[in-house]
Amino acid sequence: MNNTTHLSVNNGTTGIKAKELLRSRIIYAILTIVLIIWIFPFLWMVAGSFKPQNEILAVHPALLPKKATFQNYIRWFTELNIYKFFGNSLIVAIVTAFGNLLCSSMVGYALAKIHYPGKKIVFGAVMVTLMVPSVVTFVPLFVMVTKLRLLNSYAALILPYLTMPLGVFLMRQFMVDIPNEFIEAAKLDGAGEFRTFIQIILPLAKPPLATLFILTFLQSWNNFLWPLVAAQTQDRYTLPVALSLYSTGAHATDFGLLMAGAVLVIVPILILFVFLQRYFIEGIASTGLK
Amino acid sequence: MIKQSKVSGLAEASRRPYSPADRQQALSGWLFSLPFVLVFLVFMIGPLIASFAMSFTDFRATDVRNPFAVNFVGLRTYTDLFRDDRFLQSLKVTGLFALLGIPCAIAAALVLAVALNNGISRCQTLFRVGFYAPVVTSIVAVSVVWRYILQPSGLLNGILLTIGITGPNWLHSTFWALPSVTLLAIWRNVGTLMIIFIAGLQSIPKEIIEASSIDGAGAWRRFFSIKLPILRPTILLGTILISVAFLQFFEESFVMTQGGPLDSTLSISYYTYSKFGQGQYATASAAAYILFLIIALFGIGQFRVLEKKG
Repeated sequence: MNNTTHLSVNNGTTGIKAKELLRSRIIYAILTIVLIIWIFPFLWMVAGSFKPQNEILAVHPALLPKKATFQNYIRWFTELNIYKFFGNSLIVAIVTAFGNLLCSSMVGYALAKIHYPGKKIVFGAVMVTLMVPSVVTFVPLFVMVTKLRLLNSYAALILPYLTMPLGVFLMRQFMVDIPNEFIEAAKLDGAGEFRTFIQIILPLAKPPLATLFILTFLQSWNNFLWPLVAAQTQDRYTLPVALSLYSTGAHATDFGLLMAGAVLVIVPILILFVFLQRYFIEGIASTGLK
Repeated sequence: MIKQSKVSGLAEASRRPYSPADRQQALSGWLFSLPFVLVFLVFMIGPLIASFAMSFTDFRATDVRNPFAVNFVGLRTYTDLFRDDRFLQSLKVTGLFALLGIPCAIAAALVLAVALNNGISRCQTLFRVGFYAPVVTSIVAVSVVWRYILQPSGLLNGILLTIGITGPNWLHSTFWALPSVTLLAIWRNVGTLMIIFIAGLQSIPKEIIEASSIDGAGAWRRFFSIKLPILRPTILLGTILISVAFLQFFEESFVMTQGGPLDSTLSISYYTYSKFGQGQYATASAAAYILFLIIALFGIGQFRVLEKKG
């Protein structure tokens, strides 16, 4: 009697286990199929970038190129001056990202740990501008940049993006949680506000600084509308601007060339993303939840 | 009594003239804020006010040379906007885009988040990275391949043909252009929502889930009567974040359809940009402020949610 109940219970759990195993296999299968469809545009893009023109225009294109060619890439590096566009994108993104780190970490520290008059106004302004649509400031920015004779300069591409309200918010939220004892101890040792910030706060704030660097670098690298208007000659084009102008201009249907260009724009970011995905994802989760 | 004196004591302290230490604090506070405040004033607050002021004038591109010689026209720019069929069309397009895109994006993100968080135990990172990848990629770059897939003789229509359907000319049909652009926007935004929802799911205490499964609740029951209610603030927050982004959509149309065909993908932001292109700066500013107002209404909702959570 005792034995049989024991057996039946045992049977029950193996039944549940088998059911769960099946369930998890089905979920894996569905997710894998959905994922392949999801990232298919990327696969199709990479495959297309290696296809010669006749395969691109084929009515039933194969996934993999039959006769792979590097011609599309070679043209970007020889005819189309991609070094310049790449360099511009890199300069603008790096300066923008470091500028944001500097501005946001400093004001974030002040907002979190220093008592000064006007603090509430600064923080309030940051919160309100979190949801100002970019088109609102677009026209006056353009007028201002024109008046300052900055049109078609790196300064015009960088300055409007040196501060990101979201970044300030992110840094402040992190710094509020740093225990005051750390700061007090540093001050007892005779460190001033600035030395405390450099030697105590910044080393502690590495994770949000990494997140902010990635967010602002990414935003700048992918930024499109403003550079399209502010950069007016080829030697100031960023990658997206160049790609966009080629894809509406003379090369509009040259999909092989355009896809090679798209791969060149996307690959650096995808590499960065895969290696630093922890920071990307933490950044998104923390901005959404705090 | 004690409480009262404490309160008045604090009030006194704040009214007292600044001590040297306070002044030191105030000085360093402003020094730390200075780089941000300067850039922020010049490139954000300044343009924000200028744009507002501009919307009550007849500012045009030709006035850039002498910006203060423009005429004040009161609300005329705004009233003219609501008589402009293209602006009304842009309101309709933005509304349709939001109505179509937001629920689909939320639903897709929720399903993915639950599947990734609760359905599988291995390869979570791989799936997360894959589904998030469209978020980090340049829209100009992905638009190239999307246009290639959606062109009349493209891959999508090729696949449809094999099951006997002749697909439309997606991006040049006044009916299909907006859904196509919406699909691209959903694809590029689901990743963000998914990450937010996963973080929300992970914050649900394990004990609650275990307790409910001991009580005999199945997976569906657990999801709908336990997780979903706990997740409600997170979903609400995600909804507002995605609404703020979707209401100002522009680049999707710009790179895919240029606002066409026949303005069928002309969003409010796009309308603003086209007025800017035509040199009608006052009209562009007024339209932008109407968009800002619409988004701000959602924003107020966002603060309410955040307040409740805090």
